[in-house]
Amino acid sequence: MVRFAVVLSIIMSLYWLTLSFYFEPLIMGFGVASVLFTVGLCYRMRILDAETVPYLHMPTTLAYFRWLFVEVVKANFAVVKAVLRPDMEISPTLLTVPTPQTSDIGKTMFANSITLTPGTVSMDIGEDGILVHALLSEMANADDFKEMGERSGWSVGEETSL
Amino acid sequence: MAADKAHGTQSVGVDIPWDAVLDWGLALASSGLILSGVFFVLAGALGVLRMPDFFTRMHAAGMTDTLGAEFILFGLILQTGFSQMTLKLLLVAFFLFLTSPTATHAIANAALKSGLKPQLGTYKAPDLSQIEGSSNEADSDKAGGH
Repeated sequence: MVRFAVVLSIIMSLYWLTLSFYFEPLIMGFGVASVLFTVGLCYRMRILDAETVPYLHMPTTLAYFRWLFVEVVKANFAVVKAVLRPDMEISPTLLTVPTPQTSDIGKTMFANSITLTPGTVSMDIGEDGILVHALLSEMANADDFKEMGERSGWSVGEETSL
Repeated sequence: MAADKAHGTQSVGVDIPWDAVLDWGLALASSGLILSGVFFVLAGALGVLRMPDFFTRMHAAGMTDTLGAEFILFGLILQTGFSQMTLKLLLVAFFLFLTSPTATHAIANAALKSGLKPQLGTYKAPDLSQIEGSSNEADSDKAGGH
C-alpha cells in the first residue's frame, strides 16, 4: 500500500511538472497539494493497487510499446493497400482468440493491442477469449496472435515462456 | 555572403555549414513525417467512405488514430526542438496510444451488443464500368429509386 502511494506520488509530481513547468513557490505548492489530494482520494477509494498504479512495470511496458509500434506500422500498410486497391477486395472474418494472460490488466493490454493494430478489432471479451473482427481473412489466424499475447502478458509483469 | 567567401578561401578543406545542414535535415525529416501522417489520415478517410459496413469502416478509422496521428505528432516534435513542448507532445502520443483503442473497442462492443451483425465473407467494390450511364444518374437511382 505504502509502496503504491509513494510510486503514485512520484509519477503524479513528474506529470504535473511536465505539464506546468512553473517553478514559483506558490504554483509548486498548488502542485504538491493536488498530488497529495489525489493520492488521499485514491487511498479513501481503496484503489491503491497494482491495477491503478501499473508504473512498477514501466520498463517492460515501454519495451513492449516499441515492439507494438513496429507491428502497427506493418499492419497499417496492409490496410492502406486494401483500401486503395481499385476493387478493394476484403474478407471480413470473425474469430475467437484465447487469452493466456492471468491478470485483468494483461488481458486489457492484449485486447487493446489487437484493436490498436489496424485490420483487427477486439469486439467482446468472454470466458473463452476475445472475439476479434478481422478485415482480411489472412489476418484471422489465431496462431498469429500468440506472440502478441505472450508479449502483452510479459509487459505487465506476468510470467511467460518468453 | 562576402564574409563567408573570404573565410572559405582561407581554410584548406571544404567549409560545410553544419548549422544549416542540421536545420534543413530537421525540416525535411519533420515535413516528411507530417506528410506521411497526412497520407494515412487521408487513406483512413477514403476507407471510411469506401468500406461496406460499420465494422469494416472502423478498421479504416483505426489507421487515422494510430499512424496518422503518431506520425504528425513525431513531425511536430522535430519542429519544436528539444524543450518542454517535446515532453508534452510525447505525452499526447502516449495517451493516444492508450485511449484510441479503448474508444474503438467501446464503439465496436456497443454495436455488437445492440445486435448489429457484421457482414462476413469476401466483398469487392462494385465495378464502375458495369454501371451504365454517368455516375450521377446511378447515384440518383440508388437514392430515389424512381
